Amino acid sequence: MKFGVIVFPGSNCDQDVYHAIGSVLCQPIDSLWHGATDVSGYDCLVLPGGFSYGDYLRAGAIARFAPIMPAVIDFARAGGLVLGICNGFQILLEAGLLPGAMRRNDCLQFRCQWTYLKVENNTTPFTGRFHAGQVLRVPIAHGEGNYYADAETLAELERKHQVVFRYCTPTGEVTPAANPNGSVGNIAGIINQEGNILGLMPHPERCAEEILGGTDGRELFASLVDWWQRGDCLGA
Amino acid sequence: MEPEVYRQMGLTDTEFEKIKEILGRAPNYVEVGLFAVMWSEHCGYKHSRPVLQLLPTEAPWVLQGPGENAGIIDIGDGQAVVFKIESHNHPSAIEPFQGAATGVGGIVRDIFAMGARPIAILDSLRFGPLDDPRNRYLMQGVVAGIAFYGNCLGLPTVAGEVYFDPSYSGNPLVNAMAVGIIDQKDIRRGHAAGVGNAAMLVGARTGRDGIHGATFASEELGEASEERRPSVQVGDPFREKLLIEACLDIIKEDLIIGMQDMGAAGLTSSSCEMAARAGTGMEIDVALVPRREEGMTAYEVLLSESQERMLLVPKQGAEARIKAICQHWGLEAVIIGRVTGDGFLRIKEGGQVVAAVPARALTDQCPVYQVERRLPFYLDDLQNRDLSRLPEPADYGQVLRRLLASPNLASKEWVYRQYDYMVRTDTVAGPGGDAAVLRVKGTGKGLALTVDGNGRYSYLDPEAGGAIAVAEAARNLSCVGARPLGITDCLNFGNPEKPEVAWQFYQAVTGMSRACRVLQTPVTGGNVSFYNETEGEAIYPTPVVGMVGLIPDIEKRCGMGWGQEGDVLILVGVTLPEIGGSEYLAVVHGLVAGRPPSLNLEREAAVQETVRQAIASGLVTAAHDCAEGGLAVALAESALAGTVGAVVELAGDLRPDYLLFSESQSRVVLAVPPAARERVLALAREKGVPAAVIGRCGGEQLIVKINGCPMFNLGRGEMEQIWRQSIPALMAR
Repeated sequence: MKFGVIVFPGSNCDQDVYHAIGSVLCQPIDSLWHGATDVSGYDCLVLPGGFSYGDYLRAGAIARFAPIMPAVIDFARAGGLVLGICNGFQILLEAGLLPGAMRRNDCLQFRCQWTYLKVENNTTPFTGRFHAGQVLRVPIAHGEGNYYADAETLAELERKHQVVFRYCTPTGEVTPAANPNGSVGNIAGIINQEGNILGLMPHPERCAEEILGGTDGRELFASLVDWWQRGDCLGA
Repeated sequence: MEPEVYRQMGLTDTEFEKIKEILGRAPNYVEVGLFAVMWSEHCGYKHSRPVLQLLPTEAPWVLQGPGENAGIIDIGDGQAVVFKIESHNHPSAIEPFQGAATGVGGIVRDIFAMGARPIAILDSLRFGPLDDPRNRYLMQGVVAGIAFYGNCLGLPTVAGEVYFDPSYSGNPLVNAMAVGIIDQKDIRRGHAAGVGNAAMLVGARTGRDGIHGATFASEELGEASEERRPSVQVGDPFREKLLIEACLDIIKEDLIIGMQDMGAAGLTSSSCEMAARAGTGMEIDVALVPRREEGMTAYEVLLSESQERMLLVPKQGAEARIKAICQHWGLEAVIIGRVTGDGFLRIKEGGQVVAAVPARALTDQCPVYQVERRLPFYLDDLQNRDLSRLPEPADYGQVLRRLLASPNLASKEWVYRQYDYMVRTDTVAGPGGDAAVLRVKGTGKGLALTVDGNGRYSYLDPEAGGAIAVAEAARNLSCVGARPLGITDCLNFGNPEKPEVAWQFYQAVTGMSRACRVLQTPVTGGNVSFYNETEGEAIYPTPVVGMVGLIPDIEKRCGMGWGQEGDVLILVGVTLPEIGGSEYLAVVHGLVAGRPPSLNLEREAAVQETVRQAIASGLVTAAHDCAEGGLAVALAESALAGTVGAVVELAGDLRPDYLLFSESQSRVVLAVPPAARERVLALAREKGVPAAVIGRCGGEQLIVKINGCPMFNLGRGEMEQIWRQSIPALMAR
C-alpha cells in the first residue's frame, strides 16, 4: 500500500507520519511537496499536522489554495483514501472535503496532552482494528481544535455515523470534563459520507510505538493497510 | 561629535577615546553605532570575560567549546549534540509575548547555524509572585510566546523550570535553551574564510525593529523602559521554519564555508564576528540588503535586529544553487558583499563607503572592566541567622500540603501543556520528570536534557549556588540513567558595575567551575545577562545551567514515578540539618536566610555514579533526587508521578522538620524490587556512599513516620489535587 504525505510550507508532523508509516508500519511512503500537481499512484494521502503557511490567517485557510490541493480534491472525490491529522484536518475543513469548521480552543490556549478517544464507528477503513466503543489513548497538540458544525450538519453527521472519535474519560464516558477544547459533541474526528476521508485532531503518529507511551495510533494506520489488503472497495 | 551622541548609544568617554585611538581618527556616526552595539555588555562581555576564563571548557568529547554560535559534544557513532542557552530577559519584561518568542527564535538559529537539526527546546523562567496581576500578565505572555514560536517550528519544548520570588517582580528571567543533533561531518562554523567569497543574506527582509536591542539589554530597567518597546523584535516562526529547512538543505549539499544568525546587533555582529574568527575582513553594501520599509539609513540597516535572517558565506560557485534552494522554501537569498583580506569591516551604501573599521576591533578589542568586588552587606546577617529557635510545626501533613501548593513546587502542567512537547516523536520522557529523555532515531541511544538553577541559594551564597546548579543538573541526568557530558550556562545578574554584583558573579562562576571540574561537565558556551535590576534593585543572582547527557542504551533509562507494589525504597546519601535557603523555610517561616546546603562534590559524584550503575544494571524501577522541599516532597513527587504510595520509616536525631524538609544535596531516592535490594546496597557500599532502606511502595497513601512516630498520612488523590490545582487557580484570578 503506497502512502503519500503532503508537505506544506510550515508542516511539521510530516516526518513523524513518514516515520510511523515508513519505519513502524514498513509501508512505502513518499513526501509530496505542496507545489506538486500530480498524486497518481498513491493509495492513501496524509495531510499532516503543523502550521501550514504559519496558520497566520486561520488554521488551514491558506493551505487549501496550495497548488497540490486540486489534485487532492480530485483524488478524494474519486474515492481515494485521505487522512487529515490536526492541521491536516483543519485543511480538509477549509477545502470543503469535510463539513464544519474549527474555532480556537475554548480555553484560548494551546493544549498538548494525552486524551482518551471513544471509537464511535469501527466500520471505516481507518478503524477496522478497533471494536465499537473501544477507548483509545492518543495525544493532542493544537490551539484550534474546537470543532463546530451547525445543528443540522451535526444531526446529519450523527445520523450517518460520521462521528468516528469523541473525547471521553478513561472509562469511555463522553463528558464535558473529558473535552480538551470545547468541540461540539466532544468530536475529535469525523469522516465524510462516502467513508474515504477522515479528519481528526489527535495525533496517531505520536502513539505508534511502545517507547512513546502507546500504540493505539499504530492500529489506526494498520487498519488502513488491512482494509487495503482485503481489497475492500468503498460503496461496493 | 557631541559627547551626547555616543553617550546616548551607551559608550563612555573613555571608550570613545579608545575608538579614536584604534581608528587613528574620529569615528563617524555609523561607526560609533557599530562600536556601541559590539562593545555593549550584551555583545562584548566586558564585565564578564576575565571571570568566565575560570570555567573549564575542555574534555575529549567536547568538539566545540565557547566562542561559536553553539557548543558541540560527541555522542558517538559520528554524531554530535549541539546546544546553547540564551537570555531574553529585558525584552520579555516589557513585551512578554514577543520577547519570549524571539528568544526562542534566536537560540534555535544558533543551533542550525552550526549545521545541526534542532530537536528540542528547554526554558528556565523566573517571575515575581503570582498574586500580583503584572506578574500573571508576564507569565501568561512569556509562556504563550514560547508556545507560539516553538510549536510553530515543530520543536518540542521538553523540559524547563519555573520559580517565583519577589526579587524577579518587574525583571522576569526568560532563558531559552535549544538542542540540535548533527552528523559530525556536517559541522559548520561561523567563519568567513576565503577572500573573494560572497556574503549572502538569507531569510527575512530587514526592517527597523530591534534597533539597539543589544544596548537595551545592557542597561537597568526603569520607568523609561516602556519607551524601549520598539527595541523588541517581532517574531515570525513560520519564516524561521522555512529558514531551518533551507539552511539544512544547503548544508546537506555542502554549499557553504560558514554561516551565522543575525541576532543581537544584527548584520553588524554577524559580519564582523564571522570575519574576525577567520582573520579576514568583509565588505557589505547595505544598498543590496532587501528591506521591508522605505527610507532606512545605512545605520538602521546595520543595527536592525529583524528576526529570521542568516548570513552565509557560500563556497565559490555555489551561490546560484543556494538561491534555488531558498527559492524552493519561499525565501530570499541575496549577495550583499564579499570576504576581503584586509581585516576591515567595510560598509558601503551604493558606491560610497560609510564605515570602515577593523573587524577585530569590534569583537576583540572591546574594553574589559575589572570592578572591585565587595561582599554584599546583607549577607553576614542573613547567613548567620539562628534558625535553630524556629518553632516546630504542629501538623506535618499541613506543612506538606502547603509545600505542594507552593508555586515553586506545584505542578507546572499549566505551563507545559501549552507547549507541544511531543512533536518529532522522539520525546520518551517529557516535562515533569527529573530530566527529559529523547531517543535518537536509528540508534539505541537516548539524550537526557535538563536546565537548573536556584536563585535563592545563590543569593545566600553565590559560590554554593553556582556549584549546586551544576551538581543538581548532573544529578537530574543521572536519575534518568544518563551520563552528564557538558553544560551551557546562562548567568543572570544585576548591574556588574556595582561591587556587590561583581562579587556575586565571581563567586557564582567560581562555584560552577569547581563543580564542572569534579563532575566532568565542561562549559561549551552560554550567555551572560547583566543589568537585571528594576529601579536599582537587583534580582537574586541566578546562574542557570543547561546540561546534556547520554544514555548509551535507551532501554536502560529510569523515571521518577513509583509503579510497583512492594518495591523497596532506598535513600542514597545523607540528610543533614540544612534548612537554610529551603522552600520550607520560605513557605512556612517566611524566611529567606541561613546558608544553602553544603556540597561535597566527591560525594556527589559517587552518589551519581551509584545511581547510574544501579539503573544501567536494571536494578531500579524509579529514581528521584531530593531537591527543593527536601525528602518529604521528593517522596510525594514520586508518588504523584507514579501509581502507588508508600510507607516510609525514617530514623535519626534530627528535628522532624529538618529530617523531612532539609535540602541536603547528593541524595536520591531509589525504588528497587525486593530481589535487587542487597545488590543496590552493596553497590553503594562499594562506592563509599551511605544508603539506607527507608520504606516500601504500596497502597494509595503516603505515610511517613520518624522513629516510629507518625508524621503524616496523605492520600495520592488529595496531594495530586493540591499540587495540580495550585498554579491554575492562581492564574485564574
